[in-house]
Amino acid sequence: MLRYTLSRLQSLILSLIVASIVIFATVEIVPGDPASFMLGMNAQPDTIAALREQLGLDVPLWQRYLHWATGLLGGDFGTSYTYRTPIAEMIAERLWISLPLAIYALTLSTLIAFPAGILAATRRGSAADVSVMGFTQLGVAIPNFWFAMLMVLVFAIYLRWFSAGGFPGWENPLLAMKALTLPAVALALPQASILARVMRSALLDTLSEDYVRTARAKGLTRRQTLWRHALRNALIPVLTIIGLQFSFLMAGAIIIENVFFLPGLGRLVFQAISQRDLIVVESVVMLLVFAVIIVNFAVDIAYAIVDPRLRGNR
Amino acid sequence: MSLLSISNLNLSIRKKPILRDVSLTVDAGQIVGIIGESGSGKSMTAYCVTQLLPEGLEPSGNIRFNGKDILQTSEADMCAIRGAEVSMVFQEPMTALNPVHTIGQQVAETILIHEPETSKSEALERARDALNRVELPESRFPLSRYPHEMSGGQRQRVVIAMAIALRPKLLIADEPTTALDVTTQAEILTLLTRLVREDGMGLMIITHDLAVVADMADHIHIMQKGQIVEHGPADRLFQTMQHPYSKALLAASSHVPDREQPQGETPLLEVRNVLRDYPLPRTKLFAKPESFRAVNDVSFTIRKGESLGLVGESGCGKSTLTRAILGLEEIQGGEILLSGEPVFTGKKPNRAVRRKMQVVFQDPYGSFNPRHRVDRLITEPFHLLDSAPSDRADRIAEALRSVGLTPDDAFKYPHEFSGGQRQRIAIARALIIKPELIILDEAVSALDVSIRAQILDLLAELSETHGLTYLFISHDLSVVRSITDRVLVMQHGKIVEQGETQSVFDNPTDIYTQTLIAAAPRLPEDLRNF
Repeated sequence: MLRYTLSRLQSLILSLIVASIVIFATVEIVPGDPASFMLGMNAQPDTIAALREQLGLDVPLWQRYLHWATGLLGGDFGTSYTYRTPIAEMIAERLWISLPLAIYALTLSTLIAFPAGILAATRRGSAADVSVMGFTQLGVAIPNFWFAMLMVLVFAIYLRWFSAGGFPGWENPLLAMKALTLPAVALALPQASILARVMRSALLDTLSEDYVRTARAKGLTRRQTLWRHALRNALIPVLTIIGLQFSFLMAGAIIIENVFFLPGLGRLVFQAISQRDLIVVESVVMLLVFAVIIVNFAVDIAYAIVDPRLRGNR
Repeated sequence: MSLLSISNLNLSIRKKPILRDVSLTVDAGQIVGIIGESGSGKSMTAYCVTQLLPEGLEPSGNIRFNGKDILQTSEADMCAIRGAEVSMVFQEPMTALNPVHTIGQQVAETILIHEPETSKSEALERARDALNRVELPESRFPLSRYPHEMSGGQRQRVVIAMAIALRPKLLIADEPTTALDVTTQAEILTLLTRLVREDGMGLMIITHDLAVVADMADHIHIMQKGQIVEHGPADRLFQTMQHPYSKALLAASSHVPDREQPQGETPLLEVRNVLRDYPLPRTKLFAKPESFRAVNDVSFTIRKGESLGLVGESGCGKSTLTRAILGLEEIQGGEILLSGEPVFTGKKPNRAVRRKMQVVFQDPYGSFNPRHRVDRLITEPFHLLDSAPSDRADRIAEALRSVGLTPDDAFKYPHEFSGGQRQRIAIARALIIKPELIILDEAVSALDVSIRAQILDLLAELSETHGLTYLFISHDLSVVRSITDRVLVMQHGKIVEQGETQSVFDNPTDIYTQTLIAAAPRLPEDLRNF
């Protein structure tokens, strides 16, 4: 297990290095000079040159990469070209919304998907199965922003249970959670639908495995067989999807953030791109990549906990 | 009164009768063999006894086990009976154990399910005892082992340990050794017999292989199409059997096709000092991965018109050798020549040589693309020719006719055929470009004995009419014995013995060959016609 973890860590670090180089290079290739963009159309060439020097854009590429990368290690993301504020602060502020939102949505989706998937698989072909399959079909098909607006209409405007958008800050955690509830539900719906379907098919596969028959022959009831033997074996594909969904929720919540006026990471990147605030784009993308890689690492470790075959030789 | 008595058991799936008036009894300490080909209903009989039938199936008739009326017993009561009083062992040991639990947990589970008051440590101790009884000693097989760390035979022992942990009165073994090598098979059968004698439990052993139960069972039932057509005490049944089906089954099991001894000494395939290494998974990031030598310095020759057998147990390297001969993989040393030309030139197979040999694989279900029609399937080897032949339709018809099918079958899909017919299609596919050598990789292993006999006859006939040479790879010694002229015995990547089939089987010199031949199940001596 230790060896497996170390080898996973090794590949985690390698991926991070490669990703940082790719991100840096890609952003550098994008046309548009931040200095001339910041100074506007009528700027004098020498003013631009001076600003370039001030921003550190005049040194060779590799030096800028090293400077940026070592900065990242120390938590220094640099300074935004547009706002002249430390990027670390900007990101931290946004992260406090995006991360809880992602976790909230993922928790909801898992809480919905597991029972639904298990129910559908154990009563295959029953009314319960048909309705789970029907609802999840709908959940995948409905665009989540439309569903979000519908919820705003019902719960915020007619029923007035929730506010229609905005974020009050974490001073009152209860209020903050309340503000994140509708967006989390909107995000969770399609995720839960996909996850429930994966859970169902993974469980159906394991339920037809030979070892389930062996367990039944040993005298276990259907329910015991499900909990002790089938479920854990069905978790591998489910974990894969959960990992992918978490990564997506961190960065892909941008539309929902817009519907609910939440100042999250997605909106930050969007604004930074339109303002050629490349260093912010680089940093946020790097952060997201970091999150994805960490999540994948966590999923890999979870695989090994679930399935001893992956732990390698002991 | 018998331990288990089944009377007039009937079962239908969608009005199609699966079991018809099946009646049999198993006494304590008795070994009862049930023999039949696929679809004969032998496994369904077992599932009726444990009530583990697919959902919605309602058998009728009477099953009395230890005084209880099984068909009237509730599911909850059945759960209490299964594993404690009636246990089962299945065919496929590789998948019969849960991969995420240790063997200790799985054996202890049987005990904990039925005796919930037992403490976990006590259950584990008793699991240890059960594993010791199936000859998995603690020193080599601690309770903390996972199934993937064990071989098929060892896993089957764990399954048996789970089944006997509570000393059940009846053990049902459904093809318990079919997926195992002959030596392992012999060990498992000995183990089962020993457990029956020690515990006085009844054993119902289900198999397609007459020879497996011939010298082990006390009583044998022969099933065909859901009915028991003949039964009797094992020691007399073979002499007294009357029913045409049982006679046919017996004849098919020991069938030897008529073949003429090959003439001529021209070598067709020459394999010289072949080495084949596989890289093992990388253990260090930058170090060169280590390798495993699957084929180690193998040399042999097949003469034109000859039928050469290659036997060995799983993992001995026979499949790897096949792939090397077919030019599918590069070899690391030595050479393989067909009619004097190398099968592999540079980095790719030599097409001119490849079209002179074809292969037929074991699985008649898996080796066809289910969405292709037969005409497309059997003309696949045409890609080895430089241009597609102009008489395509004629050649399809000819190939199908020569394997006993009709030209109209070209327009059907593989699912419309039975296993034996599919294997005929596979042979037609091999024949269509008129090869000189056909490699038969376990080509009859998945077939029922009667079908197997037909296919062996077909192969013998084709070899004469088409002047074919065969390399016959199998783990089944009786088949190799019946259709080959010479035989190679392979172990750990090496050829340990080779010679005329008859003399190798009669006087094996190598210890491994002797073990293999001794382990192979056989019918009573006087019944074999060779």
